[in-house]
Amino acid sequence: MKITIPEFCLVALIGASGSGKSTFARRQFLPTEVVSSDYCRGVVSDDENNLDATEDAFRLVHFVAETRLKRRKLVAVDATNVRKEDRAKLVSLAKANHALAVAIVINPGEDVCQERNKTRPDRQFGAHVVRNQTRSLKRNVNRLDQEGFRYVFEFRSVEEIDAVEIERTRIWTDRRDERGPFDIIGDVHGCRDELLSLLEVLGYDVRLEGEGSERRVISRVPEGRRAVFVGDLVDRGPATPDVLRIVMHMVGEGQALCVPGNHDNKLLRYLNGRNVKINHGLEATVDQLDREPPAFKRKVKDFLTSLVSHAWLDGGRLAIAHAGIKEHMLGRASGAVREFCLYGETSGETDEFGLPIRYNWAAEYRGSTTIVYGHTPVPNAEWLNNTLCVDTGCVFGGKLTALRWPEMEIVSVPAIKTHAEPIRPLGHPPSRPGAELSAQARHDDLLDLVDVLGKRIVRTAEGRTIQVPEANAAAALEVMSRFAINPKWLIHLPPTMSPCETSTRPGFLEYPDEAFAYFEREGVDRVVVEEKHMGSRALAVVCRDADAARERFGVTSGATGALFTRTGRSFFSEAEMSDAMLGRIRSAMDAADFWDRFETGWALLDAELMPWSAKAQALLREQYASTGAAATAGLGEAVALLEQAGEAGLETGDHLSVFLQRKARADQYVEAYRRYCWPVTSLDDYKFAPFHLLATEGHVHMDRDHEWHMQQLELITAEGGPSLMTTDYRIVNLNSQEERLAACAWWLEQTARGGEGMVVKPLEFTVQGSRGLAQPAIKVRGPEYLRIIYGPEYDLEENLSRLRRRGLGLKRSLALREFALGQEALLRFVARQPLRRVHECVFAILAMECEPVDPRL
Amino acid sequence: MLLTITTTHSPATDLGFLLHKNPDRVHEMDLSFGRAVMFYPEANENRTTFAMLLDIDPVALVRGKNKTSQGLFDQYVSDRPYVASSFLSVAIAKSLRNALGGTSKERQGLADTPIPLTARVLPVPVRGDEDLVARLFEPLGYDLVSEPIALDDKLSYLGESWDQSPYVALSLSGTVRLRDLLSHIYVLIPVLDKRKHYFVDRHELEKLIKKGESWLGAHPEKELIANRYLRFKRSWAREVLMRLAIEDIIEEEAAESQATQSETPDPVEPPKDAAEAELERPIRLHELRLDTVAQKLQELGARRVVDLGCGSGKLLKRLLAERMFKEVVGIDVSTASLENAARRLRLENLPEQQKGRIKLLQGALTYRDRRIEGFDAAALVEVIEHLDADRLAALERAVFEFAQPEHVIITTPNREYNAKFEGMEPGQLRHADHRFEWTRKEFARWAVPVAERFGYGVEISGIGEQDPTCGAPSQMAVFSRV
Repeated sequence: MKITIPEFCLVALIGASGSGKSTFARRQFLPTEVVSSDYCRGVVSDDENNLDATEDAFRLVHFVAETRLKRRKLVAVDATNVRKEDRAKLVSLAKANHALAVAIVINPGEDVCQERNKTRPDRQFGAHVVRNQTRSLKRNVNRLDQEGFRYVFEFRSVEEIDAVEIERTRIWTDRRDERGPFDIIGDVHGCRDELLSLLEVLGYDVRLEGEGSERRVISRVPEGRRAVFVGDLVDRGPATPDVLRIVMHMVGEGQALCVPGNHDNKLLRYLNGRNVKINHGLEATVDQLDREPPAFKRKVKDFLTSLVSHAWLDGGRLAIAHAGIKEHMLGRASGAVREFCLYGETSGETDEFGLPIRYNWAAEYRGSTTIVYGHTPVPNAEWLNNTLCVDTGCVFGGKLTALRWPEMEIVSVPAIKTHAEPIRPLGHPPSRPGAELSAQARHDDLLDLVDVLGKRIVRTAEGRTIQVPEANAAAALEVMSRFAINPKWLIHLPPTMSPCETSTRPGFLEYPDEAFAYFEREGVDRVVVEEKHMGSRALAVVCRDADAARERFGVTSGATGALFTRTGRSFFSEAEMSDAMLGRIRSAMDAADFWDRFETGWALLDAELMPWSAKAQALLREQYASTGAAATAGLGEAVALLEQAGEAGLETGDHLSVFLQRKARADQYVEAYRRYCWPVTSLDDYKFAPFHLLATEGHVHMDRDHEWHMQQLELITAEGGPSLMTTDYRIVNLNSQEERLAACAWWLEQTARGGEGMVVKPLEFTVQGSRGLAQPAIKVRGPEYLRIIYGPEYDLEENLSRLRRRGLGLKRSLALREFALGQEALLRFVARQPLRRVHECVFAILAMECEPVDPRL
Repeated sequence: MLLTITTTHSPATDLGFLLHKNPDRVHEMDLSFGRAVMFYPEANENRTTFAMLLDIDPVALVRGKNKTSQGLFDQYVSDRPYVASSFLSVAIAKSLRNALGGTSKERQGLADTPIPLTARVLPVPVRGDEDLVARLFEPLGYDLVSEPIALDDKLSYLGESWDQSPYVALSLSGTVRLRDLLSHIYVLIPVLDKRKHYFVDRHELEKLIKKGESWLGAHPEKELIANRYLRFKRSWAREVLMRLAIEDIIEEEAAESQATQSETPDPVEPPKDAAEAELERPIRLHELRLDTVAQKLQELGARRVVDLGCGSGKLLKRLLAERMFKEVVGIDVSTASLENAARRLRLENLPEQQKGRIKLLQGALTYRDRRIEGFDAAALVEVIEHLDADRLAALERAVFEFAQPEHVIITTPNREYNAKFEGMEPGQLRHADHRFEWTRKEFARWAVPVAERFGYGVEISGIGEQDPTCGAPSQMAVFSRV
């Protein structure tokens, strides 16, 4: 015999000891799907028959069952389950997890059970046990459906039991195999004409013909597309029967899907003869339906009966439910799911219009499935946390709205007139602080600690998972909340950059050869070498104007951008300086016609801002200059003393020459850090040198090569006046020895002038190398600059030989993880994901750069 | 970096016998961090100078001496290889052991006799007031020359702070036993530097007692010396002073030691907090503020209280002392502060029942935090001024919209009162991390609309003595849900 059960459900196997449940379970289910009370007795007590362990064993049974249900996995509970109270616990577990409960009764007869138990030495508990179990079962078996089991199957003989075949079907709400594309249409409420014009705008050809019982729908849909109705087809509006006709026809033809709304449900109850109050627009529907033939009413009744609470679509990426749905209800079925999908949740309080105050489930929603819903009329369809309400109050004189999926385009037609007066005005309350912001931006004013604290795992769109240890997140929280700028601006942080492998050339710690060799090994043909500026890394979010800043970044302060460091702090401590610098960049972009060319209101530039002394003065003074002062003073006097001793006739060996060498290096060191300082008296003295145009509206430009970036940025810096600087670069074909040598010569010449060195990048922004992603950039620093990294005397051969031993593995792995996170942050931002999704990535980058602290006390 | 010792005692060459170093050749001594090179730039009957140069290996300081060992520091660019610091003290102890111990094989009599000596040490890092060098060495009878060392004269355009480095070249002259001169240098150079290159343990305490035996007990700066030398392990410093048989331990110290009744070190205040405390000390403002808030929480009848920005737990301690507070939660963004708070509250040693009343959690007020929802009251004592003004909106929502305690107490400085503090520049704020300080009017202009927007009533009052024009030094707003 073939039986059908939902692929996601709780199966209670019911039968006396010895009935063959475990054998049945083994044959019908995966070993991991079965949780057996005997096994659990064994787990907790080492003895499968230990009755003392029953209570603990069932705690474990229920825990496993519940955990699997939470994860939307079928579970079959293999226990006798002959007592009503035992089954009640299983039914309530299923309900709590919105799973259907299925009872399978295995009843080969008491004799068979007794016989089998006799042959098993571990089952010598006496015949009365099985007798009692069988009796208990008999008493209830006919009433299992009343206990809450949706499906009940009973098998009464060994042959019957052996012949069972179980087929699993999808739950009605699980329509993930429906891939779309879809056009999801908001609450129609009997507005036939608006529906027809919206369908037309969407490219559907739908007409109504004939009158009375002859009235019929002719429909043609664009290739492959389907309409999805979010419910509330009926009530309030002028032509509910026609709207039903259209939707019923399209659903019947496979041209549309439909989920029920609360009004549709109430109409169904009315049609079923239940006692419902004829109000809130039902009076109009009743009136209109009375003019229709009885057969039509029957068809409506059947249609409404067939609707299921919600539709989970497109591989799980999309769900449609009338009043919305919580993440843990998706693709499940229970009374609670249906209630929520029809009505949402209310707080129990009412507002000044006497309407129930709705719990704003969308504000709490954090799922990856996009939810499109209706039910609550809003002035405009607005995204919030990956949810969209498409009820734009057509019947109240608003408009009828559809979302095109996967295009994510919102399409509306205005209401022809106000068909009904709303109790609560559309869009009430009208003016709150921040009301000029989008719903998402208002929501994003406050991020949630749960999105950043603790051990984090960030999953990127490219399928990488990046872990952030709890101790790093704890350290980053302090930096982020005390020092970083408003997270709304903080859409990216740059990755750390690894140096090249060390050079074996005498006198050099780093040399371009090793960087070229690295990229060659990674299979890169062409690299770009860029001058490494002697400043501080700076990221600039530049908006075209305050409107663009408000619209895209949700910032209402009137600010038009932000200039921040690689740890997310404001670059300048005075807002005026920041504004002035951004102003100069913006004017250059205006002059370069940047905004129109890129069809954007904002851009993110990655740059170096000079001089270093402007940003890092305290560091320069306390670490660099102090070391220089101590070294030159101390070594100077040491040399003088040795000279004095020499003049007095003491044989000092090579001590004088050693200290002379050290003194000379201390002087060179002082020269090296001084190059990073220049006086700043006006904005003209600052130099902003961009090298990446990271993102603009709708685009993360990491798919463009570096030559493109340099060219685009040159168009801006050319218009920039004294504060903007072009970055010198050249492209090197690694197969050409000549070009490599020329690049080395360029580096030597630059660093001999005191330049910091260069950055070598694969020409393509991202490159898959021999083992995953290749380093996005490698720095090759000049010998003099390295003095301020490794100390004044680093280039004494005895020091160099030790410094050459340096591991790059950790740094390089960190660079790749930070790069992937930075890219992911931008991808999420341009996809207009909620800020918490962007912040998660940016926070993770900061965390990787923080020294871990112990988060526990 | 270097030390020279010159004598004009006749015959001056006897210095070689005192130091156990022959003037005719160069001496070298290997040390864990490099080596000491010792020689005599001049050596004649009238005047002899001994020089010790430290040749410190800068790479080994970071990398360690070999592949398996760890370095002492994580920065290659550091003044440590070039300054006279605890490295110099170690070099003296190792290379001049006999001289430091006051023994001389050939000239014991001279070793026990004060003779004219001049020591020159440089560069010496001096962390503290300008007169610190004088306060340390003059009581010991030295003529002192302290020459400042320039930081970088070519960069003086960057500002006043570039005029002078933290280093001086120090010359000490006096008629003194060589062993005393060396032990003064041994102890006081790291005291001036205020840091040490090794972990300070109890051996250090014994060393200080030994080296300071003959002079530390009578030194007017003995507390400062002991505290700095022992890296601010105050109970050890007290022990040193006791064992050096000093009767006049200052009363305050004694009182404090009774009050804390324990060997656990006192939580160290971050220096910036200390500056603010110093400013407000004359009026004991912070104590008053905490007492006022604790008092108010009692009056409000709150049972479950969350202290948002609890710092080192001073308010929590007051609340724990009152039985009416059934649950007290301290939140701070700084894990270091939370550790201090745990120490102050002796969290680990609390009896089970007490432990159940208190919890410390890391959190930030610019994020929604579900753990702080549903309390009777929240206290934000001197917290809001540490947030950038444009982040206040997030705090408002986190506290009033989501955490929604029945009562919220917020205190913040009254900027008008700054005029009354000594030594404050106009426009200066009380704490380097304060992002703003509000006048009474500004505070009200923020608090009243916030209360209205989130459904609270608010009362604002002053904390501390009212000045007729400036008001009270601190101000407090008490919000209660309506």
